[in-house]
Amino acid sequence: MKNRSFHSSMKRAPYVFVAPFVVSFLVFYFYPIVNTVWMSFQEIVPGESRFIGGENYAKLFSEEFVKAVSNSFAYTALTILILIPVPIVLAILLNNGLKRLNTVYRALFFLPSLVSVVVAGTIFRLMFAGSSKAVINTVGHWFGLGPVDWVMGGSTAMFLLVLVAVWRWVGVNIVYFLSGLQNIPEELYEAAQIDGAGSLQKFLKITLPLLKPTIIFVTTISVFGGFAMFEESYIFWQGNSPNNSGLTIVGLIYQKGFQLGDFGISSAIGLVLMLIVFVVSMVQLNLFGFFKKEE
Amino acid sequence: MIVQSRLDPLLRLLKYVFLGALIVVLLFPIYALVLASFRPGRDLMRYGISFANLVPNVWDGKNFFNLLVDRGGRYLIWFGNSVFLSALQTTVSLALSSFVGYGLGVYHFRGRNGLLMLVLFVMMVPLQILILPLYTLMIGLGTMNTYWGVLLPFVVSPFAIFFFRQYAVSIPKDYLDAGRIDGLGEYSIFFRIITPLMAPAFGAMAILTAQQSWNSFLWPLIVMRTPEMYTLPIGLNSLLTPYGNNYDTLIAGSCLATIPLIVLFVIFQRYFISGLSTGGIKG
Repeated sequence: MKNRSFHSSMKRAPYVFVAPFVVSFLVFYFYPIVNTVWMSFQEIVPGESRFIGGENYAKLFSEEFVKAVSNSFAYTALTILILIPVPIVLAILLNNGLKRLNTVYRALFFLPSLVSVVVAGTIFRLMFAGSSKAVINTVGHWFGLGPVDWVMGGSTAMFLLVLVAVWRWVGVNIVYFLSGLQNIPEELYEAAQIDGAGSLQKFLKITLPLLKPTIIFVTTISVFGGFAMFEESYIFWQGNSPNNSGLTIVGLIYQKGFQLGDFGISSAIGLVLMLIVFVVSMVQLNLFGFFKKEE
Repeated sequence: MIVQSRLDPLLRLLKYVFLGALIVVLLFPIYALVLASFRPGRDLMRYGISFANLVPNVWDGKNFFNLLVDRGGRYLIWFGNSVFLSALQTTVSLALSSFVGYGLGVYHFRGRNGLLMLVLFVMMVPLQILILPLYTLMIGLGTMNTYWGVLLPFVVSPFAIFFFRQYAVSIPKDYLDAGRIDGLGEYSIFFRIITPLMAPAFGAMAILTAQQSWNSFLWPLIVMRTPEMYTLPIGLNSLLTPYGNNYDTLIAGSCLATIPLIVLFVIFQRYFISGLSTGGIKG
């Protein structure tokens, strides 16, 4: 008797343990995704909605949509191009030498990531203010450059967005790569040393290949983060950047859905974004040989 | 060989000087924020942060005093909302996510691998895509402009589940067997034996969750409609008007909003780093 209740509890327990995730997944992920698909085929005005088939998708490719998509692609590409190689080099520099000092340096590199986007945006707005007295324009003046209207000038929008991203994320990626480096056995380097390998050779033949899982991980989260970017742009321009120079895909979703109330088209954009993120991640993982079977 | 050993200390010095210079540039904005918060907001609005602002000679705490009294102490209300929401979200998310993570890590049952894949998949879906349907859901549930509305979609964190799962896998089965022999039920084993063993994991996830919650922007921006419900990021954002009449509050407020996290980081640095590192290795 006692034995049976013991067994039934053993059988039931796992499902009770995972229940919170299952419930929250169904309510806050699955249902919203289904709902998005449904809404993307509808015209929705406050109080009523009607089915309009693929009309939202047909009118999707407006000028601002193309702009938002190309901005998001550019932002993602630029942040990855900077935020992978630079932190790798910094992590390698911080991986040997004086242990105490390295820990302190790592912590200092990490500090900017604690600053919220709102606060970071506020500081950068003030440092890059258009006035000739502002810090960055003063530095420019030393080099003979006239004052630049960094925030509202339009052509510098992407530069600002990438700069804030690099500032906030470089320390986090250093931590990722450091933990990757610390998993590489020291003996490999010693063996290579005996074989007469130079620093560059050791880097190319040992460090980079063994860092690959970390590189894949960081690239993957950077793709997701890059295409999901909205807040930085919102803090700089509150949704109205000059010539949409700072408009991102999520910015467009927000604008169409929450500022203009067009839920149908906003949902359609959301699904396109999901598709883009999925395809880009797959291509990226394929390039890295993530799906290749180990021989 | 002799040349090399003579060169090494010099190279090392050069390395630390180079990295140090980089850090000075990197921390410059934080330095600028701190100094600017002691100066009149009117000038900041007009000229931005200038080099004259960066000489540490003005230490007027008026802006900070203003935070307490400005418009019925709205800043204090936002601060309180942020503290309350971050604490609640961290508590609830840790409790539920550790529960699920343990279940996924320790038991063999049908559908386990599928569920694990699902957790990884959800980790990847950017929430930003789902804001619209989540928003309509919140309207349906009547939780707009409430603490519930901000909390509900995040009561379970897929990342934390994954983290606790990794941790639970590494706990020796002997602990479970010992508990069963002592006649403990499956849940008692988790609450009495396992949770104390997972203390480091709780530490790492508490820090990470609290940080994310404290700085979260998009979702509270959508849910919270009236100023007395704003969290710090939303409140500060609302001060970023083109007229700039709020810059006193904005700068000092930004400064004060960042300090709690920096203090947490200085005390619990190890947990911050270990929380992140697990994510990096799994690749």
